[in-house]
Amino acid sequence: MIRAAVATEQVGSPAVNIAIFAAFVLVTMVVVFRASRNNKTAADYYAAGRSFTGPQNGTAIAGDYLSAASFLGIAGAIAINGYDGFLYSIGFLVAWLVALLLVAELLRNTGRFTMADVLSFRLKQRPVRMAAAIATLAVVFFYLLAQMAGAGGLVALLLGIEGTAAQGLVIAVVGALMIMYVLVGGMKGTTWVQIIKAILLIAGSAVMALWVMAKFGFNLSDLLAGAVAAGGEGGEALIEPGKQYGLSALTRIDFLSLALALVLGTAGLPHVLMRFYTVPTGQEARRSVVWAIWLIGIFYLITLVLGYGAGALVGPDAIKAAPGGVNSAAPLLAYELGGVLLLGFISAVAFATILAVVAGLTITAAASFAHDIYANVIKRGEVNPDGEVKVARITVLAIGLLAIVGGIFANGQNIAFLVALAFAVAASANLPTIIYSLFWKRFNTSGALWSMYGGLISTIVLIVFSPVVSGKVDPATGESLSMIRDTSIDFAVFPLANPGIISIPLAFLLGIVGTLISKEKPDLERFAQMEVRSLTGAGSEKAVARH
Amino acid sequence: MSEVLHMPESETDYQRVQRSEEFQALRSRFRRFVFPMTAFFLAWYLLYVLLAAYAQDFMSTRVTGTITVGLLFGLGQFVTTFAITMIYARWANRRQDAVAERLREHIENGQLQ
Repeated sequence: MIRAAVATEQVGSPAVNIAIFAAFVLVTMVVVFRASRNNKTAADYYAAGRSFTGPQNGTAIAGDYLSAASFLGIAGAIAINGYDGFLYSIGFLVAWLVALLLVAELLRNTGRFTMADVLSFRLKQRPVRMAAAIATLAVVFFYLLAQMAGAGGLVALLLGIEGTAAQGLVIAVVGALMIMYVLVGGMKGTTWVQIIKAILLIAGSAVMALWVMAKFGFNLSDLLAGAVAAGGEGGEALIEPGKQYGLSALTRIDFLSLALALVLGTAGLPHVLMRFYTVPTGQEARRSVVWAIWLIGIFYLITLVLGYGAGALVGPDAIKAAPGGVNSAAPLLAYELGGVLLLGFISAVAFATILAVVAGLTITAAASFAHDIYANVIKRGEVNPDGEVKVARITVLAIGLLAIVGGIFANGQNIAFLVALAFAVAASANLPTIIYSLFWKRFNTSGALWSMYGGLISTIVLIVFSPVVSGKVDPATGESLSMIRDTSIDFAVFPLANPGIISIPLAFLLGIVGTLISKEKPDLERFAQMEVRSLTGAGSEKAVARH
Repeated sequence: MSEVLHMPESETDYQRVQRSEEFQALRSRFRRFVFPMTAFFLAWYLLYVLLAAYAQDFMSTRVTGTITVGLLFGLGQFVTTFAITMIYARWANRRQDAVAERLREHIENGQLQ
């Protein structure tokens, strides 16, 4: 009875939430329109004229990377599952060292607009570009669907909109706004949206974290003790590992698999890679990652405080009973601390988060389709840049509409696994080929195709035959926990929810096997050019000059 | 760079630079730094993940109050990530950028022909 009472009570004021969000949209729209005046060439549209500074780009990377899942999801996971929620954020952060040390600068120096530029640099253009574009589109599709479906849940939570039709309308509005940003603003507009969102998100959550710490006398141990006390019976488990993953030998291996995909996936996410092209030099790409690591790391430390703070001040039972469940931990904490206004601010930031991430994904997919598939595979490079940008804009529309339709269909579906899947595909299909083509002279086209297609197909097949798609039943309630809700359908033969532990080593291995069985000799001239260019920046794409 | 000028005509500028001592030194310094560093942080991360999954009693040991060994290990991952980031950026700025810049200017100004 208590649960039902809490569930129907609307927390905060939807009108305030909508008003603050509308203000964000208004400000960003003005910025996007001002930024769009110089969108002439392909380098302007895809790479913002390569004119952002390292700190600006680093902030935008944080805005691109810190999705609603990492804000609402991790804070909620820490509030409910304690320490195990914290484990996620560590994988997401350490992963940036792969990008910093092995990928960012070399990629910036070698490529132009997309990941495929680098992968196809010294290999056969068309097949490698096609494979890289397919892997890019797959990652973006999974990530995009997860974000759009999350938008529906967020609407229920923050705006008090319950009906499916009304939620669908809000998803359509979010999609339409995103199309506007990307169509008009291109990469420059998208970047500014991400920068503004990152600042609001980090500042807003930092204020909340300080507020929480002040309530506990700036003593972390007291905060944890508060969460343990609020957790009641079994509350001690919140500060120990294993509450979520320590249940059986299988859940432990599943956890290892997830940890592997998180740490190796980030440096293969195409929308992250594309951000490195928005700065003028490899050195600025390095500065971008340094800024991004500090901002993302500080943010994850903040979520630790917010998660335990929500556990201590709101309590796990109230969080689980609220509409939105686990995801409501951070908003409920905001309401507890600062009432209607702070909740409105945090709600608006959560929406802005979805908008900024979705915009970044869309421009990446559009660039990959227009630049890789249309201009280089179909037209074999014989297309003028204006034509390419026109195709990119049409692709933005198509992807935007697809995201809206997909988001409406996926609304309420159990598809939280899609983000983990996107990381697994990025780590399996993209990262091995990126590393091999930058560092292994002998690597050839056959190796790239084996690794990319092998990684992509094995990841998707393993997911389809895993319990996240079919056959997982909650033993307590008898309800399905899988994507397919019908519990009589069960074709799960692969026991893990995360395929990374199989698919990532497999893709690395396939890259070696595919290379060695092919008679294709490495192109030494192109290899020399790629190696010298990647390490010195000689001949790399310059910033667009403005007069 | 003088030895570079006498290489066979059939080679491209990039191949000549690639063979030069200066570039080879730049490249091996880079690899000697980033490969061991990558191995280190991946091993340290893996150790942490394995401890969290399989050594729960150890990770749950209270150090003081409610602060556990696991929490300190987790925060340690943050500290090493920030530290490696700053060490690498400082190293690359000081040791690599000037050499890379010189080679880049050589190639782009066509001083190798």
